[in-house]
This record gives sequence, structure tokens and C-alpha cells, in this order.
Amino acid sequence: MKDHFKVNTRTIVATGLGAAIFTLLFMYVKVPSPVPETSFQTAYGLSAFFATLFGPIAGALIAFIGHALSDALQYGSPWWSWVIASGVSGFIFGFAYKRTKVEEGEFKTRDIVTFNVIQAIGNVVAWVVVAPVLDILIYQEPVNLVFTQGITAAIMNTISAGVIGTLLLIAYAATRAKKGSLSKG
Amino acid sequence: MDERVVIEFQDFSFQYFSQAEPTLNRINLKIYRGEKILIVGPSGSGKSTLGHCLNGLIPFAYKGDMRGSLKINGVETREQNIFKLSKMVGTVLQDTDAQFVGLTAGEDIAFALENDNVPTAEMRERVKKAAAMVDMQNLLGSSPFELSGGQKQRVSLAGVMIDDVDILLFDEPLANLDPATGKAAIEIIDELHKKSQKTIIIIEHRLEDALHRGIDRVILINDGRIIADKNPHDLVSSPLLTENGIREPLYVTALKYAGVKVASDMRPGHIATLQVDRAREALAAWYNAIPLERREYAKPSVLKMENVSFSYDGLRPVLNDINFDIREGEMVSIVGRNGAGKSTLSKLLCGFEKEDRGAIFYKGENIREKSIKERAEIIGLVMQNPNQMISKPMIRDEVALGLRLRNIPEEQITGRVEKALNICGLSPFKDWPISALSFGQKKRVTIASILALEPKILILDEPTAGQDFRHYTEIMEFLVEINKLDVTIILITHDMHLMLEYTPRAIVLSGGRMIADTTASMALTDSRVIEEANLKETSLFQLSRLSGIEGGARFVQGFIDYERRLKAR
Amino acid sequence: MNAKMKLFSYNTADTPVHRLSGLTKLICFLLLTFAVMFSYDIRVIFAVMIFSVAILRLSQIRFSQIRAMIVYVLVFVVANAIISFFFSPEEGVKIYGSRHNIVNLYGGYKLTWEQIFYQITKFFKYFSVIPFGIIFLLTTNPSEFASSLNRIGVNYKAAFAVALTLRYFPDMQREYHDISQAQQARGLELSHKAKFADRFKNSLLILIPLIFLSLERVETISNAMDLRGFSKNDTRTWYTSRKFARADYVALAVSALITIGTVYVSVFVNHGRFYNPFV
Ligand SMILES: Nc1ncnc2c1ncn2[C@@H]1O[C@H](COP(=O)(O)OP(=O)(O)OP(=O)(O)O)[C@@H](O)[C@H]1O
Ligand SMILES: Nc1ncnc2c1ncn2[C@@H]1O[C@H](COP(=O)(O)OP(=O)(O)OP(=O)(O)O)[C@@H](O)[C@H]1O
Ligand SMILES: [Mg+2]
Ligand SMILES: [Mg+2]
Repeated sequence: MKDHFKVNTRTIVATGLGAAIFTLLFMYVKVPSPVPETSFQTAYGLSAFFATLFGPIAGALIAFIGHALSDALQYGSPWWSWVIASGVSGFIFGFAYKRTKVEEGEFKTRDIVTFNVIQAIGNVVAWVVVAPVLDILIYQEPVNLVFTQGITAAIMNTISAGVIGTLLLIAYAATRAKKGSLSKG
Repeated sequence: MDERVVIEFQDFSFQYFSQAEPTLNRINLKIYRGEKILIVGPSGSGKSTLGHCLNGLIPFAYKGDMRGSLKINGVETREQNIFKLSKMVGTVLQDTDAQFVGLTAGEDIAFALENDNVPTAEMRERVKKAAAMVDMQNLLGSSPFELSGGQKQRVSLAGVMIDDVDILLFDEPLANLDPATGKAAIEIIDELHKKSQKTIIIIEHRLEDALHRGIDRVILINDGRIIADKNPHDLVSSPLLTENGIREPLYVTALKYAGVKVASDMRPGHIATLQVDRAREALAAWYNAIPLERREYAKPSVLKMENVSFSYDGLRPVLNDINFDIREGEMVSIVGRNGAGKSTLSKLLCGFEKEDRGAIFYKGENIREKSIKERAEIIGLVMQNPNQMISKPMIRDEVALGLRLRNIPEEQITGRVEKALNICGLSPFKDWPISALSFGQKKRVTIASILALEPKILILDEPTAGQDFRHYTEIMEFLVEINKLDVTIILITHDMHLMLEYTPRAIVLSGGRMIADTTASMALTDSRVIEEANLKETSLFQLSRLSGIEGGARFVQGFIDYERRLKAR
Repeated sequence: MNAKMKLFSYNTADTPVHRLSGLTKLICFLLLTFAVMFSYDIRVIFAVMIFSVAILRLSQIRFSQIRAMIVYVLVFVVANAIISFFFSPEEGVKIYGSRHNIVNLYGGYKLTWEQIFYQITKFFKYFSVIPFGIIFLLTTNPSEFASSLNRIGVNYKAAFAVALTLRYFPDMQREYHDISQAQQARGLELSHKAKFADRFKNSLLILIPLIFLSLERVETISNAMDLRGFSKNDTRTWYTSRKFARADYVALAVSALITIGTVYVSVFVNHGRFYNPFV
């Protein structure tokens, strides 16, 4: 567990680059949903993927920085309650770090289930609890509105993280060479 | 030279975690304080791996099995850590994109000092000084995408020099530099060596270019073993280079063709030290016996640019009024300095960007309205940066990708993929993931993936960057073969040898303008063109001058004709 | 996608705002955003908004630079206003504790003065944050941003992660573009001719290389950084950090005063975050 919060240069670089891609996806690669002010964000698939590879700190920062930056670029100022919620979701995704065998080149049913349970918990906590509560505390938004938005976001981000995250992890596992497996011939 | 040993390998081996066999094998090597060492060897022979052992990336970043002993300044590296090692060894990595971590040149140069908690005011002073050493003091505020490849390389140099380290390690400092900038880089390194007495280790494929200034010893590596450890004169006059797939300097080849026995007392290591007195007569006799060839292209036009101009941002023109006409089955080089617009030209041809003015014709038909995909049916482009083309994790899938997208039946795909992998010397690795390849090997994967598509026109942007001579020759000879079947080939290159050897015609760009469209041998002997386009005159030209042969351009052309006839036999 | 980098179009004009250190601007930005986020008093919000527009003028930011953002924000706030109303038409009544009906609408919805007042306040509240963000974004040299974060107490490694994001975002944009072209040149159909499902699959074909390429870059970049001693000490200095000048102290004082003023009004005048004109 101590390992989860260790930060080395690799974690920092992964965070920086991850947040750059997150921003890119958040701004350009999304599908609008029927509930206003929410959309199907592919970016959460990415943050779930990176969080699984690099841990909760990287996961939290990637989503936090990426969301804040893309808000700032689009609206001029971040919508803090949701930015913080994004960070929380990334943080929780990070608990899949070292719980799967993806680094050893295996990502099978067991690992897929582990990953998806964790990411679903992350999304529910972030969008059904953190985001609405902060919306009410900071912005005094109507209660039923923020919870409706939160539940929608939780569902869509779970699908996004589930589908895209799982696909990326399977592809990643395939590129991991096993010990002593590479020989010419 | 000092007698103190700074680096000592003793029976040193290293095997990467995922490899079945060691990449470095029982290395024994001593390097003394203040020496200047060049390491050469075929692609994938373990040169970068050796470098990683010195700067501590092995064993601290790359996992694997390390045996034997490696001492730097008398201490085992495995007992240190990467930070202690970075105080002794400064590294300029093979990949300049990765090296440049700052938002601006100034910040990047300051990076090491920032990490050392040097106060801001002092840091500014030291950055200014280091930047002045590489002539970058006026560009400190530029961001990486405003700098050309050569300028980025200078920034990397300054960023390493600013820290007072004993040993400097350069992994392929010349890759992607135009010939004149490459020459300047070697000169900068040399000045630095003379001024500071640092120990310098250069890893480089371009042997002749690296030998532009003095080198104490050349270490030849093949298959993870040290094959030779000699001074340049001895090495160049031995058969070891060619035996291990390294290209010898062109002037040495010319001397050999003329029947001169190249011995180390002729001091052939550098063209500047070469003694030709003994060879003069033989050279003249050989040259005069070469019959001149005349070639005419009567074939129809296949690709034509008419008054083409282009700019990325609508402000600064990158290409300006370009005109040329390439005929079917021709083999043409496009050369010119860093940032001249060569890669941009290839993007226009493939439809990645649209010309602002002028027109591009394929067999007389304006192709302005053709999409990227439609053009791709005719034109295949191997891009400069292999990373931009690779999209599959496994080598075999990557080469098959284009064929699958075109819905070619799977049984045909296998055959075509095998063939392309074969040509590019990748058969041994076909089931490897791309991530375990060296830079040169990755570049070959992208070449294979385009060859498999069998296009009518083939554009290769820096095909030989990071390639050793054997693979280079194999790929080029294959291109010559398909060229005979009327496939038109356009090479964008900084390699003057390549241009001389394979492409009769050269188009020279400088600052977005076309400044010459002539034979390769003319371009490389015309001092105005050389100057303006940052090219470098070939050593053959220097050889002809040294040995008092008139008409250097004809001498160069004669060499090419002779060689071609030799190969045809 | 536009390959030009919005991020770096911060204009290099020389105004008093540009001359402030990045650290000052960051602190002022945080203070002032806090002030407007905290207050639901339309008088305070208007005052801050006039102040922010004045600073916007002072920084010589042209309307053309921010048009896109304004449109985005307008769409957002208008949509927010409409759905807020339908989700909670009685929010105003609940907050201000009184009811002044205007009309009865369809389906039992009632429009009240309280609701209108609440929504107008909210509208301007959201709108007034924007100028500060824009000023900060367009007048701060990105290089100074990380060092400023570090100096307000953010761990330097996290601050450097932000610097890396800013450094590599334009690269990612360009790479996305390049990879997509390289794929099309191998026969990928990306135009609108392709079916939706195919388009989704095909855009994955671009994203996957982008992501995997970045993973590889993570290795090489962190190697390059380790080789130059990143993270060996507990602190680091910054090439771009600037010394405070008098203007910096003035700006900080003004922002602090505004923030204290807002809190003061809430606590001692309104006795809560809301200003209630209905009592
Ligand atoms: N991280 C790695 N994991 C596994 N194998 C590796 C790794 N890096 C390199 N190799 C293998 O080690 C061998 C030597 O690679 P290295 O990069 O040292 O070659 P090089 O001589 O520098 O080649 P080039 O001239 O192409 O850069 C190659 O066969 C390569 O496949
Ligand atoms: N996508 C782009 N957007 C804006 N400017 C660009 C872009 N690509 C290249 N440039 C600029 O256009 C000019 C020509 O670049 P190009 O890559 O064509 O040069 P080149 O001749 O291939 O150089 P090199 O030999 O270094 O590869 C350079 O000044 C470069 O900075
Ligand atoms: Mg190498
Ligand atoms: Mg180029």
C-alpha cells in the first residue's frame, strides 16, 4: 500500500503527459448526451488507464490538471466543484495500481473485473457524492438538479472508463514482453 | 593525455529483462582522463546500451541482469545512484525530443541548475554563458517548436555543458542534422574538448563525419562485443569496418578502387591528415580510364510542381515558388538545410497540407481535389519521425496495417508482410513488440510498412537516419530494383553519400526556395549551392584537389559511374 | 482540429498587468475568484465585475481573442439558467423566505420575483469570474506558472507536472494531427463519409498510437530528467521566477482588500451569503 503513494520522476512525467492527453480528449473527443451540461467523456477512459499504470497520485493529478486546464481554455475559468470531483475519481481509479497483472502482460477476466469494480466505485463517489455536494457548498445550485447531473455523469463516465480503459489495458498487456522472451529467429 | 583511468569495464555483460540473450557480452575497456573516443557499430549492436551503463540508466532505469564490473572514477556504478552518476557523466540522448523538457530554450539549459537549487540570479548568468558557447544566446526565449532540429541539438549540448561534469556522452549527435550543422556540432564538441580537457565519448553512425576532427580511439562494436579498439588511422586501413557492416570514408573507397593499398602510415583516419603523395599517379590513371556516361530521360512526367507556395500560418512562407518535373522511373534527392521545407514538400505531395498557390500534377492531371487516402494509392510516404507512423504494438501487425485497411485477403497479406520484413532485415524480430527495438530498427519497420503497399511513387524522408551500412545498402539496393520496374523514388536526405551514390539528380532547397535542380555531383561541388544550402562538399572533391586532379565535379561523377558499373557486374 | 496552440497565444504586450510577476497574478486570481464564488450579493458582484472589465481593458486584450470563450460561457450559463428553473422553480422562494408571484406557467410552474432575482444574481456571478481567468491565461507566461504554483506552497513535483502538461500539450495536438494523416495515408477513412460506428473505431486507431507513444515517451523523458538530477533534492529553484516589484505588492493589497470586503459584506451586512432585497 505504501507503494501506491510513492512519487518518482516517472510518475511526474506520466502525470504531465497524461494530463496533456486528458486535456486534448476532454476538449475535442466527446459525445454530447441527452442530459444538459453533461457528455460522454472519453478522457475518463484515459485517466483510468494511466491511474492503473501509475497509481492514485498520478491519476488524481492527471484528471485535476487536465480538467482545470481544459475548462480554463474553453470557459476562461475552471468549474472547481467538478474539477475536484475529477481529481477524486482519478485518485480512486489509482487503487487498481498493482492490483492487476497488466505489467506482467496479462489482463484477463479477473483483472478486468477488479479494474471495473474499482473504476465504478471511483465514478460513483466522485459524481454522486463529491461533485453535487461541492456544487451546493460552493455554488448553491439546486439540490435535485445537481444530483440528477451527478448520476448521469457517473453512469456515462463508468461506461467510458469501462470500455476505453479496459480496451487500453488489454492492448497494453499485449505489449509487455515476458522475462527472457525475446530471441532472434 | 592523462594516465588516470576514468572508466573501466571488466568482463562486463548485460542482459535486458525481456531478452533471451545478453546485449553486451564480456566487455573489457579502459578509458583515460581527457580522451576522445568514438564508438561505432551496426544498428542494434548495443552502442546505446553501453552508453546507458555509463550514465546509470542501466541498472537504475532499465532492468536486467548485470555481470562483471564497471567502475567510473574508481567506484562501481551499481553501488552509486543515478544522481551521483549524473554529476560525473553528462549525456545527450539519441532522442532530442525527449531531451528538451523546458518550455523555452533558456529553461531547458537551466534545468540541471534548477534541480541543484542554484539561485535564480546566478543561474541566469551561467545560462547566458553556456548558450553563448553554442551560439544560442539570442534564442533563449524560443519554445521547442520554434527551433529547428539543429538548434534543438545545440540547446541539449548547452544543457549538459552547464553542469561541470568530467565525462560527456553523446548518443548520435549528428542524426537529423544537415551536413554543415553536423560539421559545426563536431567542431563545437572538439573546441569543448580542447578547452576543458573533459573525457568525451561519441556514439555515431556517420563515421566519416565524426572523424572530421581528431579522435583518439575508435571502438568498434558488433553483437555486443568489442571487435576493435584502435586509433582512426589503423582502423580505417584495416578491413574490419567493411567486414562489420560499417561504411568506410568515401576517399578511402576511391583510393582502393584506384588500386592503392591504404596503410596507416598514409594517416587516412581524417581527410585533413591524409598523405596522398604515393597515390597520386594511381588515382589519376584510374580516373582517366573511366568512360563518361550520358543519360537522358525520355520517360513521361509523373509528378510535377508548378509555382507552388505554402505557409503553415499564413504569414511566414515555408515554400516559395517551387517548380520541378519528375519523370517516371527517376530517382531524385531533395536536400537542403534544417528547416528548408523538405518535409513540408513531401506533405504537400501527399495531400497532408494544401498548396496556397500553384499546382501539383500527377501524369499531367491536377491532383488538388484528391484526398490523402486517394493519393496514398499512388504515393507512399515514409515519414521522418518513425514514432508518428507506428500505431500497432507488434511489428507484424504494424506492417500489415495498411494492407488490412485496404481489405486485401489475409493469405496475400502474410506473404507481402514477410517479404517487406525480409528486405528491411527485420525477419529475426517479426514477433517482437515495437517497444524493444532500437531507433534504427523502428525506422526500418516504417519503411517495411510502406514497401508492403507497393506504391507507384515512393517518398522516403531520411530513410537512412540511424541505419548502419549493411541495412542501408540492403534497403537501397531493393529500392534500385523496384526503381527499374518504373517505380519513381524521391529521397529526402542529409546524407550526401546516399545522394551521390543513388540519385543522379538532386533538388536543392534553401529557406523555402529551390536553389538548384541539377546532377548530384554538380550540386556537391558548387560552392555557392553548398554554402547556401548548408551542404558539405564531399571528401572525394577534397581528394581530387589534394592529388592535383582538375575538374572535381567530373572526378566525383567518375567515381559514381565506376561504382555503379562495379555493382552492375 | 486546429494545430495552432491557443495556449501560447498569451499576448506579449507590455502593460502593467503583464509586468506583474506570475506569482502575484496567480494569488490575485485565486483571491478574486474566491470572492465572487463566495458572494451571492448582486451589488458586490457588479462591483467586482466592473473592476475586472477595467483590468481586462488595461491588459489590452482584444475582443477577437476571447470571442470563442464568451460564446461558450454564454451557452453554458443560459443552459444552466433554463434547467435550473425547470428543476427547481422554488429555489428563490426557499432562499429569500418570501413569495412574490408574477405569473403561473404551464404544469404548475410559478414564476416569482425571488426566482428571477436568484437566477440573475447567479448569471452575473458566473459571468464575472470569466474576465479574471482570461486575464490570467492571456497575460501570464506559461513558464512562470509552475514556479508560481511552487511558491504558493504546491509541492514542486506537482508543479513541474503542470509545466510538463503545458510543454507537451501543443506537441500532443500536433501529433494527433500527424498520426491521423499518417493513418489516412495508409488507407484509413476519416472523413464524414464513414459510418458513425466506424468513425468511433477509427478515432481509436489514432488515439491508441498517441497514448502508447506517450507511454514510451514517459520512459525516455523521465530518463532524460533523471540524468539531469530531477527530484534529487527536496526543493528546487526556478529559472523563470521573478522578484516582486512595488506593483506586485499593490496588486496583492487591492485583491486582498476586495476579498476581505466581500466577506465583510456577507458577514456583517447580509448576515449570510445572500443579499435579500425582499425584506
Ligand atoms: N528496453 C529494452 N528492452 C529489451 N531489449 C532492448 C531494449 N533496448 C534495446 N534493446 C535491444 O538491445 C539491442 C541493442 O540496442 P541498442 O539500442 O543498444 O542498439 P544501438 O547499437 O544503439 O542501435 P542504433 O544504432 O539503432 O541506435 C537491440 O537488439 C534491441 O532490440
Ligand atoms: N506543422 C507545422 N506548423 C508550423 N510550422 C511548421 C510545421 N512543420 C514545420 N514547420 C516549420 O516549417 C519550416 C520547414 O519545416 P520542414 O520540417 O519542412 O523542414 P525540413 O527541411 O524537413 O527540415 P529538417 O531537415 O530539419 O527535417 C520550419 O521552419 C518549421 O519550423
Ligand atoms: Mg542507439
Ligand atoms: Mg524534415
